[in-house]
Amino acid sequence: MKTLLKIYNFLIVAFLYLPIFVILIFSFNSGTSRAKFEGFSLQWYQELFADELILRSLYYSVIIAVLSAVIATVIGTMAAVGINSLRGWKKSAFLSVNNIPVVNPEIVTAISMMILFVFVLSYFNGMEMGFGTLLIAHITFNIPYVVLSVLPKLRGMDQNIYHAALDLGCPPAKAFLKVVIPQIMPGIISGLIMAFTLSLDDFVISYFNSGASFQTLPITIYSMTKKPYSLKLNALSTLLFAVVLVLMLAVNIKKPKNKKAKS
Amino acid sequence: MSKSSSVSIGNQKTNLVPFSAWMVVFVLVPIALVVWFAFTGVDGFTFSNLKWIYVYKSTLWLSVKLAFIATVISLVLAYPIAYSMSRASEKVQRNATLFIMLPMWMNFLVRTYAWMTILEDTGLINSVLKAIFGADFQSLSLINNHGSVVLGMVYNYLPYMILPIYTALTKIDGSLLEAARDLGARGHQVLARVILPMSVPGIISGITMVFIPSISTFIISKILGGGKDYLVGDLIEDYFLGNSGVVNYNIGAALSLVIMILILIATFLMNHFDKDAKTNGGGVI
Repeated sequence: MKTLLKIYNFLIVAFLYLPIFVILIFSFNSGTSRAKFEGFSLQWYQELFADELILRSLYYSVIIAVLSAVIATVIGTMAAVGINSLRGWKKSAFLSVNNIPVVNPEIVTAISMMILFVFVLSYFNGMEMGFGTLLIAHITFNIPYVVLSVLPKLRGMDQNIYHAALDLGCPPAKAFLKVVIPQIMPGIISGLIMAFTLSLDDFVISYFNSGASFQTLPITIYSMTKKPYSLKLNALSTLLFAVVLVLMLAVNIKKPKNKKAKS
Repeated sequence: MSKSSSVSIGNQKTNLVPFSAWMVVFVLVPIALVVWFAFTGVDGFTFSNLKWIYVYKSTLWLSVKLAFIATVISLVLAYPIAYSMSRASEKVQRNATLFIMLPMWMNFLVRTYAWMTILEDTGLINSVLKAIFGADFQSLSLINNHGSVVLGMVYNYLPYMILPIYTALTKIDGSLLEAARDLGARGHQVLARVILPMSVPGIISGITMVFIPSISTFIISKILGGGKDYLVGDLIEDYFLGNSGVVNYNIGAALSLVIMILILIATFLMNHFDKDAKTNGGGVI
C-alpha cells in the first residue's frame, strides 16, 4: 500500500512538472518548432534580451506589482486593525465585502471594474485606460489578501502589551507603531509578498483593464502567443522560473535556521 | 480611546476609512453596474438581456459540466497525495508544499501552451507513438475536444485542491486516529469515519478554488479547445472586448450575473454541507 501511494505521488508530481520540462527543454531548441527538438542553442535567450517589448513590459509589471502591493498593504493593514476591533454584524459585513474579490471569478471582477472605468473615462475626453486603471485594478484585488493575512496575527496578538504601553504614557500612535506593528509584522510581510506575486502574475484582470499604451508581461505574452508562437517565451519563462526557484530555496534554507535560533 | 473596549487598537473608524471608500468605489459600485447593465438596454429597464441566457443555454451547460468534471477529477487525484503529505515528516511536508506550488510560478499561458505542444497531432505524445509503432501510425487526436479542456483545468487548478485538503488533514490530532484504532476501527473505517469527515472544510475550500476558476475560464478553452468549445467565459470576453466584432456590455453583464448567481448557489450548498459535517463529525471536539 505504501509503495503504491509513493508511485501514485510520483505520477502526480510528474503530471505537474511535465509541461515545465517541455518548456525548459524547448527553450534551448536551435529550431523554431515548439514540438521538434533540433539541437542545442542559446539563440532564444539572445533574442529575448534583444526584445524591447518584452523587457519594457517586464519593467512595467514590476512597477505595477511594487506600487500596488505597497499601497494595498497600507490600506489592508489599517483595515485589518479596524476590522479586528469590530464585533457582531459589523465585523461580518466588512469581512463579506472583503471576500467579494476573492470569491468572485476573476473575469467578473475584471469586467465589473472595466464597466466603471469605461463609464467614468467617457466623461473625460481623450483619456484612455492605462497605467492608472491598471494600478487601481491591481490594488483592488490585492487588498483582500493583505487583510486576510494580517487578521490572524492580530487575533493571536497579546493586547495587554499595547495597553501597558498606553498606561505607561505612550501616545496611541507611537504605541501602535512600536508595539502593534512589530507583533503583526509577519502577517504584513506575507500579505505584501502575496500581493506582489498576485499582481506580477495576473493576466485576466489586466487583460480587461489595461490600454494599448501600458502592457504588463502577461499581456505581452498573451499577444505573442496569438502570433506564430516564439520560443522566446520559453526562454523567458525558464529564466523567471529559475529566479523564483532560487528565491524559494533561499527562503526555505533560511527558515529552519531561524527556528533553531529562537529555540 | 483605549477604554472603549479591551480589544480596540487605535481609532478603528479612521483605520477603516480608506478601505471602506476603496471597496465601495471599486468593488461594490462595479458590481452594481454589472447588475444595472444586465437589466438595461437602449430603451432603459428591460428583461430582454435575459433571453441570451436561453440562447446560450448549451454553452452555459457545457461550462458547468466541464467545470464540475474537472473539480471531481481534481478532488479524486488530490486526496491521496494530500493525505500522504500530511503523514510525512515536517521536513518532507515543507518541501512537498513547495514542490506542489512551484509549477504555478511559471506563466499560466505558457504552461497551457506547453500542453498544446504535448497533445497536438504533431506533438510530443504522437511523435513518441510514431517512433514506437512506425510512421504509418495514425495520430491520436488528443486536443481540441472536451477532454483536453478538462485536462487543462485539472492541470492548472490541481494545486488549489491539494493544498487546502493537506492543511485540513494536518490539523487532525493524531491521537484521535489512535483512539479510533484502539476502539477497534479498521484502516478503511478510520478513513471513512474519522479522517474524511474531519477534512471536509479542506475539501470544500478545494472544491471552491477549482470550480470557480474552471467555470469562468476563457483561456484554457481557447488554447486547448481549439476555439470550438466556447465556454461562457469566452462569450463574456467577446461581448466586452468585441473580439468577434460585437461589443455588447448588456449581454456580457447578463452572462456574468448568471455566473455570479451560480457560484452563490454553489457556495450556499457547500456551506450547508459543511455545517452538517460539523454537527455530525469533526467539529465536536
